[in-house]
Amino acid sequence: MSEQATRTEHDVLVIGAGGAGLRAAIEASARGARVGLVCKSLLGKAHTVMAEGGMAAAMANVDDRDNWRVHFTDTMRGGQYLNNPRMAELHAKEAPDRVRELEAWGAVFDRTRDGRILQRNFGGHRYPRLAHVGDRTGLEMIRTLQDHGIHQGIDIFMECTVTTLLKQGDRVVGAFGYDRERGRFRVFGAGAVVLATGGIGRAYKITSNSWEYTGDGHSLAYHAGADLIDMEFVQFHPTGMVWPPSVRGILVTEGVRGEGGVLRNSQGRRFMFDDIPPLYANQTAKDEEEGWRYVTGDKNANRPPELLTRDHVARCIVREVREGRGSPHGGVFLDIAWIKQRIPNAAEHIRKKLPSMYHQFKELAGVDITQEPMEVGPTTHYVMGGVRVDGDTQMSTVPGLFAAGEVAAGLHGANRLGGNSLSDLVVFGKRAGEHAAAWAKSHGTIAIPDDQVQEAIRSTLAPIDEGGGENPYLVQQDLQELMQEKVGIVRNAAEMSAALDGLAALKARAAKAQATINREYNPSWHTALDLRNLLTVSEAVALSALDRRESRGAHFREDYPDKDVAHGGHNSVIRKAPDGSMQLHREPCPPMTDEQKALVKEMG
Amino acid sequence: MAESRRVTFRISRGDGARTELVDYTTEVTPGMVVLDAVHQIQAESAPDLACRWNCKAGKCGSCSAEINGRPRLMCMTRLGDLDLDMPVIVEPMRAFPRIRDLVTDVSWNYRVKKRIKPFTPRPPDAPDGSWRMVQADVDRVQEFRKCIECFLCQNVCHVLRDHHKHEEFAGPRHMVYVAALEMHPLDTQDRLGDLKDADGIGYCNITKCCTKVCPEHITITDNAIIPLKERVADEFYDPLTRLFRIFRPRRAADR
Repeated sequence: MSEQATRTEHDVLVIGAGGAGLRAAIEASARGARVGLVCKSLLGKAHTVMAEGGMAAAMANVDDRDNWRVHFTDTMRGGQYLNNPRMAELHAKEAPDRVRELEAWGAVFDRTRDGRILQRNFGGHRYPRLAHVGDRTGLEMIRTLQDHGIHQGIDIFMECTVTTLLKQGDRVVGAFGYDRERGRFRVFGAGAVVLATGGIGRAYKITSNSWEYTGDGHSLAYHAGADLIDMEFVQFHPTGMVWPPSVRGILVTEGVRGEGGVLRNSQGRRFMFDDIPPLYANQTAKDEEEGWRYVTGDKNANRPPELLTRDHVARCIVREVREGRGSPHGGVFLDIAWIKQRIPNAAEHIRKKLPSMYHQFKELAGVDITQEPMEVGPTTHYVMGGVRVDGDTQMSTVPGLFAAGEVAAGLHGANRLGGNSLSDLVVFGKRAGEHAAAWAKSHGTIAIPDDQVQEAIRSTLAPIDEGGGENPYLVQQDLQELMQEKVGIVRNAAEMSAALDGLAALKARAAKAQATINREYNPSWHTALDLRNLLTVSEAVALSALDRRESRGAHFREDYPDKDVAHGGHNSVIRKAPDGSMQLHREPCPPMTDEQKALVKEMG
Repeated sequence: MAESRRVTFRISRGDGARTELVDYTTEVTPGMVVLDAVHQIQAESAPDLACRWNCKAGKCGSCSAEINGRPRLMCMTRLGDLDLDMPVIVEPMRAFPRIRDLVTDVSWNYRVKKRIKPFTPRPPDAPDGSWRMVQADVDRVQEFRKCIECFLCQNVCHVLRDHHKHEEFAGPRHMVYVAALEMHPLDTQDRLGDLKDADGIGYCNITKCCTKVCPEHITITDNAIIPLKERVADEFYDPLTRLFRIFRPRRAADR
């Protein structure tokens, strides 16, 4: 019996329904395109929902010295100047409008005293810049986009996984997938495809990411011939939960530190004062007193060292633990309860500003954060690398294929600032939707050849029909352990070479991954298929990390601990070679304009 | 629970037509939640055990189930809080049709939400397109907007669970949704007629079961449903209002 696939046709197909995907779909629809939106989960459950701290936008509601120029330079400095400067500029300029637009669609941000959108401090941002709703800003964003989006005439395909992009010549003309609930196949014909699939965190054992983060978009793009860049830059968020074991990795928002939380080692020392990078020396508080003044809004104070960039804070925590000054379960202490020495009603204040954190620790760890410190340690959080896109249009190097949000690369360079992700989603989600709609309009749709569909069906059914008895869950666990141990926060050549060998062996095992026979909501089948993407992105990360012989941003090599100013200013580009192997080469970073250079110099 | 031990989980398996409870025994360590055990069982002995989940941090509302008969999120239910000398019973939500094992078809919720009139703001207060709202005026709305759409309140509501009034009653989740819109300081839409008719707010007889199961601790009945009931009563059942209406046409949004 030959397998059937249901066919649909859209001008623009958006894959992924987090902040970027929803915003892209809304924009494409607003520009008259017929839009299909595919998501692996139910609508509104995507990983955006977990974002906590806020959305960076230089609205200057709290500090009138802020403007897009400062935001631009903060983003470039945070990214160690590997960013695409055009994207950093567009992002800084357009983020305020995107925030206000969310308010027009029903979002309810926390307010300033004069009734405007409140903004909070975050690591690497010079001024209070993050529009937020307590510590559940991501939920507010996704719900707002969802509740707005369902009235825009978008066809939504929930719980549907895309396994292959379909091409005609050089151009992407659609996608193939299956619905998870019933296991039926779907062919989506499309004039343009927007990838908005998020990140790759599930390649690691300790991660704040949900199961969906298996690098699908990275892998789809790569196999369709698109370039990936900067894949060595994986952000380890400094503060994840460390105990109990089953919750290890769950995010503890940077907002805790933005509200005055401090990091201490087992000796009670605020160790972040011990190592302040030169790039930030003149922006960092000299003592605890100045740090406190900063978080309570003193414009003349510099930020406390806990609010240095995430890469640096994560490494300092690793150092404390390695040198024997960690907490009982292998982390350090994050203390917000101490602010009761400074303000009245501290417990109530903490519950109001950090409600999710309060519940998370109370319910999962039995810790009352208004009374005692949390134990925290680094957790895999975000990938700066991804699909190389044009800064203005978000089109990849494959015609008709666009990418926005975490799956796209360029904005964040070697390290992303907290809060720059939520704004990235809507700034570039909108741009991707706009330009995908225009592209589809001028290029039209093309019929999809049946042989490609039949091959996609065969490949998707392989774990059921051709499996070789390998347990897909165990392959996934082994992959996560390998990446955690050998391509983690602190890297060296020997371990990464071993990781590449290990990945080759895992690839052979994954080819034999066996799923049970039923197709209805069968997690063994889903897991077996996810492995392909996880292996592709893991190889890209390991290969890029091995090649970059310096330490910069989130990428730290103990065998090359310093930044290589002379040779390091390149992007690592990953491309699939004609023989199917993964190839890497270096390219100079996109240059800054004279105006941008002047800004960077001026803001120091 | 201070140490590891083996625990039996009695999990409801099957599709809409045929179901059975199957026992699985697995090693449980301190701090584990029910979802961890389900994952472990998938990896060890039941590879096709279907369960829906995402964030594993109580933020997405995907892993709703009934644990020892209580509607809860699997990711936020610590095993240490359960009696582990007895099998831990894990079943899907009952108010929705089962797809497979612990996964139910919750698409009805999405259809109901879509028919509720969307947010319609008044013109902006400032030239840059922004508005002014004070925190005190948005506190209540923010409480409602904490909802993670786990649908546990829908599952436990007897109007839906026992009486299957899905066609006539929108359920507590959507009462909270409408409340968030109606109490939004900027919104100008009127949904009271729909609340009374299409959404069937009169079916709620305030047993407060929804409030009890809400993992976000939203005071669903007291803060959302009762004030909406009062508004509906004022609008449609107050004799004085009805008298006045003879002389005063209804608002534009109602027509």
